[in-house]
Amino acid sequence: MVFFWFLVILAAVVVMWLVGVYNRLVGLRNQAQNAWKQIDVQLKRRHDLIPNLVNTVRGMMNFEQTTLERVISARAKAVSATTVAQKGQAEGELTQALGRLFAVAEAYPDFKSNQNAMQLQEELTSTENKIGFARQFYNDLVMQFNTAQQVFPANLVASSFGFAPAEFLEIAEGDRAVPTVDLTTPAGGPAPAGPAASAPPAAPAS
Amino acid sequence: MPGVPSTFYDLQALNRRKTAFLIVCFVVLFALVGLGLDYYFFGTDPLDLTGGAIPVPVATLLATGFAGLSALHGYYTGDRQVLTATRSRPADPRIAEEKQLINVVEEMSIAAGLPAPPVYVLPDPDPNAFAVGRDPRHASIAVTEGLLAALDREQLQGVVAHELAHVRNLDIRTMTLVAALYGGLVLLSDFAQRGLRFGFAGGGRGGRRGGNKSQGGGGAILLLLWVALVLLAPLLGRLLALAVSRSREYDADASAAELTRNPLGLAAALRRIEQAAEPTLSIGRGAAHLCIADPTGRAVNRSEGGWSDFWGTHPPIRRRIAVLESMAGVMGSPDRPLGPPPSPPGAAPAA
Repeated sequence: MVFFWFLVILAAVVVMWLVGVYNRLVGLRNQAQNAWKQIDVQLKRRHDLIPNLVNTVRGMMNFEQTTLERVISARAKAVSATTVAQKGQAEGELTQALGRLFAVAEAYPDFKSNQNAMQLQEELTSTENKIGFARQFYNDLVMQFNTAQQVFPANLVASSFGFAPAEFLEIAEGDRAVPTVDLTTPAGGPAPAGPAASAPPAAPAS
Repeated sequence: MPGVPSTFYDLQALNRRKTAFLIVCFVVLFALVGLGLDYYFFGTDPLDLTGGAIPVPVATLLATGFAGLSALHGYYTGDRQVLTATRSRPADPRIAEEKQLINVVEEMSIAAGLPAPPVYVLPDPDPNAFAVGRDPRHASIAVTEGLLAALDREQLQGVVAHELAHVRNLDIRTMTLVAALYGGLVLLSDFAQRGLRFGFAGGGRGGRRGGNKSQGGGGAILLLLWVALVLLAPLLGRLLALAVSRSREYDADASAAELTRNPLGLAAALRRIEQAAEPTLSIGRGAAHLCIADPTGRAVNRSEGGWSDFWGTHPPIRRRIAVLESMAGVMGSPDRPLGPPPSPPGAAPAA
């Protein structure tokens, strides 16, 4: 009789533990999915801000048509990207093109005195940061989610519940590098035309 | 702790253990004073289960209830009170600096996975900031005008991350609990001291139970120890409350490093704040433990060693900077030059 009750209690404990593991994993998976959506929201916002920026700076930066063109084409590519790998690559290029544009713009007094341009720069800087932090948050959640699956004894049941480790969002090498810009010309003068920035080419997104 | 490099995960775990330990100490102190009071004055022996009925420590429960209610009141209305008392106004997105602040708060909320709290600005030239609100859904963040003027974007990010860490770590809840324990303890101690004066002067009304008296030397020594504890209780309680507050500060710093992945931003901000350390007049003492740096401008929070290790709501700023810098050493230097504000907008965090 005692043995019977022992078995009942043991079974109850095991079931409660299973429910706990399952619910925790579902919670983490949904959080990670939500964090992934948040990255998309910020990327979309960046796409929406760029046309405004282009219109604002077009007039004041006559010398920088190539830099501007690169931003426009990178945006077009990012908007039309479909696969995750394509997206990663295109967004990386867009980040670089924007970084270059702002770095070059520092040399133009017109830009710095234009309130609208400064506002747009702040908005894009913030969006850029939000993309970075959303990615960081996503990766933190992936780490928690994967750890929760891999620790003993949860690892014994996680896969039979249908959970699989989530993938970290890697950054393409070119995306991570901050564009270096050579502004050796005297302040106020036109910045050197052509490829002023010598950032490494974007590596293919993994 | 400074000098020993650790990751923010280690530091958070350490600080949380420390807080838990301190709160356990607090509860034990509270129980000793309260149950002693019940034992010596009301004859309730909490360990005596022979009488059949479970002994009810009336005084302890009353003090707990009273202090708990007043702390709960503060818990639900405190954020409004502090914001009103400091004359904070909502940040204005039409002003460039305040728009940047709102953006930074949104960025750090994303990093912390919290809803973005409302942002307030206090008209005060001294750089400081605080967070209020009982949980992430009811939180608000306020910074002074002086802070907006003194810090660049990266430093502001560090400060906002520290405040959001207080919100995420539910420090308001912890400090409410501490306030309740402290309030109850003071109440009990006050009551016991009055009782002792009255009881002993009045000729042996110290206990309803005659039996206690006949226990001899051991009982007398215990009574003496308890009286000493009662006299010291308010002081001990205050020190414990301050120690909890300091452990929450270290934890918020470590969490800010986790959120920004850039402990040096907050370190630089603390340095700026230290340079400008004048009392933040618009923030009262009651909200001191919520601020990024002690608003009272007392020297204890700035100097190191001995005295200030016990009396500050915040750890010494230099030590906080040292811990943050040791974290930066563990995390490796960021892939951009430090120090002057980065001009290109590539200030995206290294994920």
